[in-house]
Amino acid sequence: MKISFVLNGKKKTTDVEPDMRVIDLLREHLHLTGTKEGCGSGECGACAILVDGESRLSCLMLAAQLEGKKITTIEGLSKGKRLHPVQKAFVENGAVQCGFCTPGMVMTSVDILSRNPDPSRDEIREGISGNLCRCTGYQKIVDAIEYAAKDKNR
Amino acid sequence: MKRGKQVPFRIGTTTPRCDACTKVTGQEKYAADYYGDHFFWAGVKRAGTPHGKLLKVNTEDAKRLKGVVAVLTSEDVAGSNRVGIIRGDQPVLADKKICYAGDPLALVIAENKEALQAAVGFITFDHEPLPGVFDVEEALKKGAPLVHEDSPEGNLLRLVSVETGKGASAFDECDVIVEGVFQTPFQEHAYLETEAGWAYLDDSEQLVVVTTTQTPFRDRNEMAPALGIDVEKIRVIVPYLGGAFGGKDGIAIQCLLGLAALHTGGVPVKMWWGREESFLASTKRLSARMRYRLGVKRDGTFHALECRAYFDTGAYAGLGETVMTLGLEHAGSAYRIPNVSIEGSCVYTNNTVGGPFRGFGVTQVTAAMEQVIDMAAQRLSIDPLAIRRSNALEKGDKNCIGVTLTHSTGIKKCLAALSEHPLWREKEGWKMKAEQFKKRGVGIACMAHAMGYPAVVPDFANAKIEFTGEGRFRIYAGIVDMGQGNTSTYAHIAGAMLGQDTSVFELVQPDTERTLPSGSSSASRTTYVYGNALIIAVEDLKKRILDKALHLFCSAQAEELMLVPGGIRHREGKKKVSLRKVAGLFDEPERTCTAHFRSPAATEMLDRIYLGPHIIFSYAAHLSYVEIDMLTGCAEVIGYLAVTDAGNVINPQAYEQQIQGGIAQGIGFALSEDYKVANGHTDTNNLATYIIPTAMDVPDMMSVAVDNVEETGPFGMKGIGEISISGPVPAIANAVADACGIRIGRNPITAENIFQALQKQDDQEKPR
Repeated sequence: MKISFVLNGKKKTTDVEPDMRVIDLLREHLHLTGTKEGCGSGECGACAILVDGESRLSCLMLAAQLEGKKITTIEGLSKGKRLHPVQKAFVENGAVQCGFCTPGMVMTSVDILSRNPDPSRDEIREGISGNLCRCTGYQKIVDAIEYAAKDKNR
Repeated sequence: MKRGKQVPFRIGTTTPRCDACTKVTGQEKYAADYYGDHFFWAGVKRAGTPHGKLLKVNTEDAKRLKGVVAVLTSEDVAGSNRVGIIRGDQPVLADKKICYAGDPLALVIAENKEALQAAVGFITFDHEPLPGVFDVEEALKKGAPLVHEDSPEGNLLRLVSVETGKGASAFDECDVIVEGVFQTPFQEHAYLETEAGWAYLDDSEQLVVVTTTQTPFRDRNEMAPALGIDVEKIRVIVPYLGGAFGGKDGIAIQCLLGLAALHTGGVPVKMWWGREESFLASTKRLSARMRYRLGVKRDGTFHALECRAYFDTGAYAGLGETVMTLGLEHAGSAYRIPNVSIEGSCVYTNNTVGGPFRGFGVTQVTAAMEQVIDMAAQRLSIDPLAIRRSNALEKGDKNCIGVTLTHSTGIKKCLAALSEHPLWREKEGWKMKAEQFKKRGVGIACMAHAMGYPAVVPDFANAKIEFTGEGRFRIYAGIVDMGQGNTSTYAHIAGAMLGQDTSVFELVQPDTERTLPSGSSSASRTTYVYGNALIIAVEDLKKRILDKALHLFCSAQAEELMLVPGGIRHREGKKKVSLRKVAGLFDEPERTCTAHFRSPAATEMLDRIYLGPHIIFSYAAHLSYVEIDMLTGCAEVIGYLAVTDAGNVINPQAYEQQIQGGIAQGIGFALSEDYKVANGHTDTNNLATYIIPTAMDVPDMMSVAVDNVEETGPFGMKGIGEISISGPVPAIANAVADACGIRIGRNPITAENIFQALQKQDDQEKPR
């Protein structure tokens, strides 16, 4: 079946199988491997992308559900060579270690800040509680999101 | 990616990691991110049953399916079909026996994922079920079913014992003796990136394997005989790993992937384990059962220690016996104890496969030792901090296996810093503020962690750095970066020495063809050993650059020139020439400097313990604030402090990353993580049932680095990768005991366990 959607700011029309998952469409067909798969069952959050600005798990969505939607993946977040404020905050605050949870964590963070521009640390922790990270112990990720919120409000 | 103005690296100053930008933008290519225009998928049929004689693997139906390229069994393996770095007891594809539920029986190669999945489902096997052995002590009884019939000592993989002083007879001289049985479960690494890879035969018929491993050079040596190909015909490439923590140390996916690539007719092949397969077939932290007895003099002096430990290595040896041995070497934690009797049995079972996990065996024994110390302190009414301070090791002391400590030994400094920290000083006030139905407790624990390999295993690295034609620096890192950021620290070290910032560095990840053998990414060794080698190589390169630059500065002496970001400057004059210009003066062979470094190792008492003792240790003292909900039994970690002696700090941010990450995994181990195996089957087979901490389960942690220098370390550092994981179990268990007087003796300390212990306590306190 043919579907049309906006991917990282560009219109896209593509043929998909009815049972194709979004993560497979992105990684295997569109060569966007920045989105990671860590469990395939919605438990780890590594595959989070933005669908109409809200974070969604691409391993639990079918490609057909993208019809008419605006999708942002980690590859579409930075503007040219300029990092998105959340990406910059992750880099500077040491929120990245192995980096496998990072794309999903960054997308979720962007969503959190779009809903709540000035979240408390507890609100940040709750907001990212669906994204597992095994390296950092989360503290520097929370620092980064807090920093990004201040950076944006500045 | 631009990140504003760069500043040169400096030792002791935070610089964001070199790999952060490519990871945060999704550009970094992991092993799972390899695809091509035309490639096949490979996957494995696993046993699903824990013990049996394998009679036949039926592949005919699977082979007939559309899209299936090949279905391979052990008969298709040309080599020995055995891997395992010490014992070589693990099959690539099971042939005679099934020894645990994750054993691979057949390898399928298919044109797409759908055909692969269908084909795996169509494979059946005939077997004769055998009674299994699932408990370490049962496994050692006479007549117990044998996991490996040809194992010389049956299910006992290795017995290690150490006795010093008067051994257990010294208990007669003690005023107080405390004892307890402590158990720690299997722990799953749960790295976010499951095992993945991409393999092909290149134009010269060389097998190229891009995969997730901590041990590329060792893997190549294991793969060659197992698959029956020449070692020179194998190339292993390891991109940044998406986490490993010991779980990718050794052969897991490597041989299967290689075997598949030998049967595709030249087409590249991709394999990527799902989460449940990763849980089933990857190694676990060895579970342990430890009987501890500590004898203490009235004044609190530790006098005698007895430790009887059983470690479950599961179905295969792997590194199980070395895991246990390192644990036993640390059985007395960070204290002087003149008389010890330590004995450990590493045992085969049909449970799972044990292996390295951050902390190796040290995390297990520290959980036990640091709890008996609190029990002793309580009996003697001595403050738990005071009893630790008075027994803590100092340089020149002998450790619990009788080895004299000749390197930096900072545990006393750690305890001093902990005693002055507000979290220690204000603990009573914090405890008093517990709300209704809550109780609060504070616990502490010390730990030591050896760095590098044991004495008889040569621990070396070969650094390689190239000054490119463009005037950039390319570091060839022979040690895998599994996420700890060691390769970035290599740039930090070289940058600090060469006066350069991040922008001029390129980091080549391990590749058996391009980088030099430098051992595994493990044992808290990666920065110490490679860093030391790199310093030698960089000094050489720096001299070459300055000597060449002389040609561009009239009548100057080499010592009048200095490296500045992007170039070379005369110390007094204003003249600066670019690195690129200097690079143009180099002949190709001059561009690259290599250096070898071998870590210092014990030269005496090599027979004291299996593979010999270690001599360099990091130390730490941890403190936890824990609140118990008396209605539900739920324990929550409210605050955490780690004071660490890991020598001098090179990059404070990277240092904190290691401390915090280790603590979080330790908190998971303490409160929720439990890879449960019952009769060889697990119910904790994914991230929904095996619970690792979320952002809401870990508090903000405080980290203090004590001022201590390890003279042999690169810029005075020691290994930091593992030590912090050993603190949370005892620090939290001690806090739970402090809060409500219960000691459960096994982790995870779940709400259910606490609730039941509280009920038991209630029943005992009720008037009869």
